[in-house]
Order: sequence, then structure tokens, then C-alpha cells
Amino acid sequence: MSGERIRDAIAKVLRRIAPDVSLDDVGPEDNLQETLEIDSFDYLNLLIGLNEELGISVPESDYAKVATLGGLTRYFTARLEEA
Amino acid sequence: MGEFRMPSLGANMEAGTLLLWKVAPGDRVTRGQVIAEVATDKGDIEVEVFEDGVVDRILVDPGADVPVGTPLAIIRSEGAPAAKPVEAKKAPSPPPTPAEARPREAAAPPAAREAERQRRVSPLARKLAAEMGVDLSTLTGTGPGGAIQKEDVERAAAEKAAKPAPSDFHARMRRAIAASMARANREIPHYYLEAKIDMSRALAWLEERNREAPIQERILPVVLLVKAVARALKDVPELNGFWLDDRHQPQEKIHVGFAVSLRGGGLVAPAIHDTDAKSLQELMVHIGDLIQRARAGRLRSSEMADATITVTNLGDLGVETVYGVINPPQVALVGFGRIAERPWAENGLLGVRPVLTATLSADHRATDGRRGAQLLDALRRHLQEPESL
Repeated sequence: MSGERIRDAIAKVLRRIAPDVSLDDVGPEDNLQETLEIDSFDYLNLLIGLNEELGISVPESDYAKVATLGGLTRYFTARLEEA
Repeated sequence: MGEFRMPSLGANMEAGTLLLWKVAPGDRVTRGQVIAEVATDKGDIEVEVFEDGVVDRILVDPGADVPVGTPLAIIRSEGAPAAKPVEAKKAPSPPPTPAEARPREAAAPPAAREAERQRRVSPLARKLAAEMGVDLSTLTGTGPGGAIQKEDVERAAAEKAAKPAPSDFHARMRRAIAASMARANREIPHYYLEAKIDMSRALAWLEERNREAPIQERILPVVLLVKAVARALKDVPELNGFWLDDRHQPQEKIHVGFAVSLRGGGLVAPAIHDTDAKSLQELMVHIGDLIQRARAGRLRSSEMADATITVTNLGDLGVETVYGVINPPQVALVGFGRIAERPWAENGLLGVRPVLTATLSADHRATDGRRGAQLLDALRRHLQEPESL
């Protein structure tokens, strides 16, 4: 799956969780939570939504790897290639 | 025969606008059922009825702005004779916005309501609509036979988000917060206490617990904090309650108000009813639901009115320490900053631990520093035994 499709999945889930925020405001290495002003509940819901969309569950020990948009995209790309 | 009145949803609320009725005369109602929606300075609120019975009369029409305490409807006991009809209080013309723009669910005749119930909606679309605050009756389905699908709900939610908020809503909310906080600072002699809490055990326990659980059942650290506050209030009940009628009124029930920041500014602190009786998993689900409903303007009147203490957590934003302003008539607020690694000396050894700064803002009319210190100590103690939370 391409990075673009993963980004689309992230945008789709985010629209559900925080309809007023946009990924257009986020640079690849910006911290997602800080930039989008979403709280820890929103962030967990983002990961749950991506789990439902892409079938990949992010363990808590990997949270540091998925803190940015770029990190999240790279992480899911790698995990999907492994699958 | 009981009167269903415009509720007071905060110390500074003077009036509210009735938005819609969810019942009609003759409908049976049960205690806790949402039967109306009202607009307040802190958003749209679903109002529950506090007795079983039958709706006898509607006294106030949607759109009317009425003072707190105004009878809105008459609820009679089942089997009691109906009262003579009287004309409902009419809305002023033109009625206030945004109430006018909302769908009038209860205004629809019974046949229309039945049609609404029978509308073809996929289960996923219905679930999404509930989560996103989308009114299904406003949608046109694009699925087979006109069924409403997930995509229809998502499109409506996106359009709703794109619309500019009512121009004066945030200004009204800021005024409501200003009034409440100015009163708190003017009338409440605050004292502040702070404690550093070693979170090693709590986080290690949580990590282990979450490792075993599917992602949908993970618990966030703030849930432990809320439960630990509830447990600490069992130990030190003086901090759980109100200052009303010039006297301290501790409350037996523990309803922690959880501060939720709203997108676009402002905040509300709805009550988590019986916080101490809920499991961590129940609290996780409940708080997630409260946050969603707070942001969608679907909180209930009891949630807005019943909190016996407030918890505010600004740790997500990197804040170290929170010195909060008490939400009157409550007598205390507990604040949490972020959990950060810090040097920690214990038994003569220096190490690095995840450390939380917990603060207490308390009303000196109701309690003294000693009680406050006992609460923070109880909080620390409960967080050292996460398995018993």
C-alpha cells in the first residue's frame, strides 16, 4: 500500500474523530497531537480507526514511532509490507 | 402531578432556550429519559426527566427563552386524570438562532416519528451518526432503495464541520466562563497544594494490562488518575461537595467532573456519575463518550449539574503543573500535569522515575490545608496500588 493511501486512511479516520482538523496543516515531522490539538483519547481513537481500516494494531511500545505524520506513514507502510 | 422545569446547569446560568421536545402529550416517560433539549451558554444540553409518568401538558414551545426554574411541562403519574389543556408559552418572534435551525423531532406527528423509526439506515451509519452528532432525519440516503449509508453520514458530518459556528456561540461561552470564574475568584478563598507522585508502579501495571488487551480496550493513564481521585475522596470526603447557603455540604455520591476542552475554545466539565463505582474499563468508555458528546453538544442536564469536584488534566499539552480555579459551588479541583521522567531519591538511592505533579485547589471556607494534604496523600497511595483501582 502506498504512502498516499495510508495518508488517505489517516485523513478519513481523523475526519470522524476531529472533523474540524485537517492534515494539510501538518508537516511530515510535526507532532500530530500537538499540531492538531487532539488529546490522548483522540489519538487512541485514531489508532483504533487505523486498526479497523488497515488491520494493523500499534502496540504501546511503538507509540514513539507514530507520533508524527511521517512516522505514522512509515510505520504502517513497513508493517503492511511485512504482513 | 409534577412540573418539569428549566434546569439550572451551573452556578451562573439564569435562562435557557428550549430547542425541541422529544416527547408529546400522552407519551409515557421514565426517570432519566431525555425528553427535551435546551440551548445554554455552555452548549446544547439534553434534559432528563426525574420521575416516571405521562406527559400531561407542554407549557413552553421550542424557541422560547425562559428563566431557570420555569415549568416547561407537566408530568402526571400514570393513571392520574389528565389536566385541562392550556396554551403553551410561545416562542418570541423571531426565535433565537441557532435553535431555530435545528430539526424539530418532537414537533413531528406520531406518524412522522414512526416513519423516522422505519427509515432505512445501515447499522454502521446509525452508529456513526450517533458518534458524530449527525441527525439522520436530515439525510438523503444514496444506498439501495434510498438507504442511508456510512458515506452519507460522513459527508454530512464533514459539511457540518465546514459550516461556520454561530457567530456568538463562543462569545457567549466565554462570557459564561468569565462570569463563573470571576465569581469563583471573588468569592472563594482558594488555597493550593502540590504533590509529586511516582507513577512507576501505575504505569508498569497499565503497560502490562494494555499489552494483553486489544487496542479497543486499552486504558489511558488519565483514567487511573480519575479513579484514584474518586478513591481518595472516599478517604477524605470533605473535599467532595458544595459550598451552598453559606455552609459546607459534603456529598455522599462521588461524581467527578472531567474537564473537556471544546474545539474552537471553551470548556465544560461534565459529571462522571458514581465515579468510584465504575471499573477502569467502564471509566475509559464513559469518559470517551463524554468527550465526544461534549464536543457534539449532546451532554445531559444531570451531567452538567451534578459534578461534586472537578478534575482537569493538561498533561497532554506538556503542562507540568495546573493551578485551577474551583467551579462553584464545588469546593475543590484536582489538576494533573504531564507525567515526565525526573530524578527521584528513595531509600538513599537516586534513580529516574516517571513523575506526576498533582495539585489541589480547595475552598478554605470548607476545608483547611490539612484535609487537602490528606487528599493528595490518599491520591498518591491509591496510585501505588493500581491493581486495586
